[in-house]
Amino acid sequence: MNKYKMHLLVCGGTGCKASQSNQIVEQLNAELESHGLEDEAKVVVTGCFGFCEQGPIVKVIPDNTFYTQVKPEDAKEIIEEHIIKGRKVHRLLYVDPTNKESVSDSKHMGFYQKQIRIALRNCGFLDPEDIDESIARDAYQALGKALMEMTPQEVIDVIKKSGLRGRGGGGFPTGLKWEIAAKQASDQKYVVCNADEGDPGAFMDRSVLEGDPHTVLEAMAICGYTMGADKGLIYIRAEYPLAIHRLKVAIKQAMEYGLLGKDILGTGFNFDIELRYGAGAFVCGEETALLHSMEGHRGEPTVKPPFPAESGYLGKPSNVNNVETFASVPVILLKGADWFASIGSEKSKGTKVFALAGKINNVGLIEVPMGITLREVIYEIGGGIKDGKKFKAVQTGGPSGGCLTEKHLDTPIDFDNLIAAGSMMGSGGMIVMDEDDCMVSIAKFFLEFTVEESCGKCSPCRIGNKRLHEILTKITEGKGTMEDLELLKNLSGVIKDTSLCGLGQTSPNPVLSTLANFWDEYVEHVIDKKCRAGKCTALKKYIIDAEACVGCTACARVCPVNAISGERKMPHEINQDICIKCGACYDKCKFSAIFIK
Amino acid sequence: MSSIHIKLKEQDCQDIKEICETFNNDQGELINVLHRTQEHFGYLPAEIQEVIADNLNMSLAKVYGVVTFYSFFTMTPKGQHPISICTGTACYVRGAEKVLEEVKKELKINVGETTPDGKFSLSCLRCVGACGLAPVLMIGDKTYGRVSPEDVKTILGEFK
Repeated sequence: MNKYKMHLLVCGGTGCKASQSNQIVEQLNAELESHGLEDEAKVVVTGCFGFCEQGPIVKVIPDNTFYTQVKPEDAKEIIEEHIIKGRKVHRLLYVDPTNKESVSDSKHMGFYQKQIRIALRNCGFLDPEDIDESIARDAYQALGKALMEMTPQEVIDVIKKSGLRGRGGGGFPTGLKWEIAAKQASDQKYVVCNADEGDPGAFMDRSVLEGDPHTVLEAMAICGYTMGADKGLIYIRAEYPLAIHRLKVAIKQAMEYGLLGKDILGTGFNFDIELRYGAGAFVCGEETALLHSMEGHRGEPTVKPPFPAESGYLGKPSNVNNVETFASVPVILLKGADWFASIGSEKSKGTKVFALAGKINNVGLIEVPMGITLREVIYEIGGGIKDGKKFKAVQTGGPSGGCLTEKHLDTPIDFDNLIAAGSMMGSGGMIVMDEDDCMVSIAKFFLEFTVEESCGKCSPCRIGNKRLHEILTKITEGKGTMEDLELLKNLSGVIKDTSLCGLGQTSPNPVLSTLANFWDEYVEHVIDKKCRAGKCTALKKYIIDAEACVGCTACARVCPVNAISGERKMPHEINQDICIKCGACYDKCKFSAIFIK
Repeated sequence: MSSIHIKLKEQDCQDIKEICETFNNDQGELINVLHRTQEHFGYLPAEIQEVIADNLNMSLAKVYGVVTFYSFFTMTPKGQHPISICTGTACYVRGAEKVLEEVKKELKINVGETTPDGKFSLSCLRCVGACGLAPVLMIGDKTYGRVSPEDVKTILGEFK
């Protein structure tokens, strides 16, 4: 095998690929070739580095140089300056927004300093389409250890002791789940990996699958060993073509190496993995709905019990875990339960991956120890709020979660604290909002999502959420009453208490948490007919400043409803009763004489 | 059902039959069959669903139920350049709505519709996972990041 002096790691995640990382790879290779350096340095397409905000990323190993926002035409300079002459290309280095200094070693970036990477440990470090690179980073060692040195119960005990809880949102103890599935007597059992990441703004599972698919395959096989299953199924969204491709490649390579398939590592243990495709339904993240969808039906949830561990896929005992949960398993077996349990908070062990997005400087994928505070995440890792605006809220848990405010900034993040604060961990989406976001509109946005995604099976969710959405729309149009706010609260309670599955039981959370934390804003919409963020069009008021208006009549001519009147060369006026708030006059005025109130 | 009525050719029926056969005419593989068929025809009108139901020996109602349940399946043909606008939360807070309005205005179609010349169709999707590039607009396989309403005209111009 060739030993390279240097490696150029190029992010091949969906985000960076969308910004031409493919062409960067081509250019880098062409430059290496033209200088006859193919045997000295190697270009590797890796999974996501997490620092999506400044993509595409090119990282040079061994000196850890981190180039951001690289363009294909920069390849020449990187090769000629850095690789040949050993001089870093300063204009491409990451610049710390706080002190404006460029950082030459990625280890010193604030974004990475607070992170502990367990599930993402290999993302960005290896070529996910080359099994040898994964093996060089310990892939399938944990499987070997489990098969050859441990009994199934011993494996379960380690996972139980580690305190690992389901990363898909529920937070159910993983070891216990495995034990229940292991105890079922059946001729056929299934291990199911839930990769139906339907939560908007969350992309951790996809990044793991794209960046380190072998970890998930290995963990599924380990799970299969503990519960006596020889078949694994990955339920993945059809919207993730790159992740699907990498999984297919990984499964094929693992089969060829005898790490999946028949008689794995000569131990007599058989395990196959197949892919099943989702087709765009958020509710399929719920495990019973997911199982129905895998069987080819509509993805509607059913009442538990029976739990999937008793009667799951095709009526057989099945264990369903999320991608991130599986990704944590192999390293726990290798490093031990105590190591894992030493990270995190008292009741939530280990780390959690969050997809940090919205109005924040460093959008990206981060993995932090449980118990870290929101302040550390937003200001130290996330680099603070975009454009120097004021922090308003952070939404965790996706459409089923809630909005947390300034007063929660110092709360340690773990499963239980988030629920106590009226939100939830969910799959780990974290959307940051600033003063320009209207919280009533945000609640409406999430309800719109829930209404669309409700499967329609049970009435509280199907009808209740629709009504919530209607009331919220009414409020954003300035037609709400104080009774409506009471109704929102009551109806939310009913939907939560009486819905069949997790979707309906949590869908009112965005409403309840915004009501609790931003009551004043709701009241302003209702009583003062005012939206302080200026988001609700119906509540906007366009007003002409009589002193600045020169009477050019441009606004009056552009107004589609003739709401503006005034003599030529005299100040004009907008009739608020006729105005439809289209903003055409505002755009047209050359003298900045029209303002929005 | 759909207002679109088409007449399937003998060959089309044969193609569907073959797709079903690759999945052993197994009812449990319905979703995979639908994926493959949509890849082939571009959409799943009622007539195609009928043939699938026949081959898998199940009711048309069941097939229709599944097709309409999942947002990935469509019963209307997409345009030559399908436009998808991400309306996930990250894109939403970074102004995806305004981009969507602009596209609607520019093409004079609503979400779920296709332009009369068959060139563009418009749909919304929830999160492509490129939140660092929000707001995101996709045309076919091409992804455009950090799109502002002012960019829309230029982007669409590339395809006109």
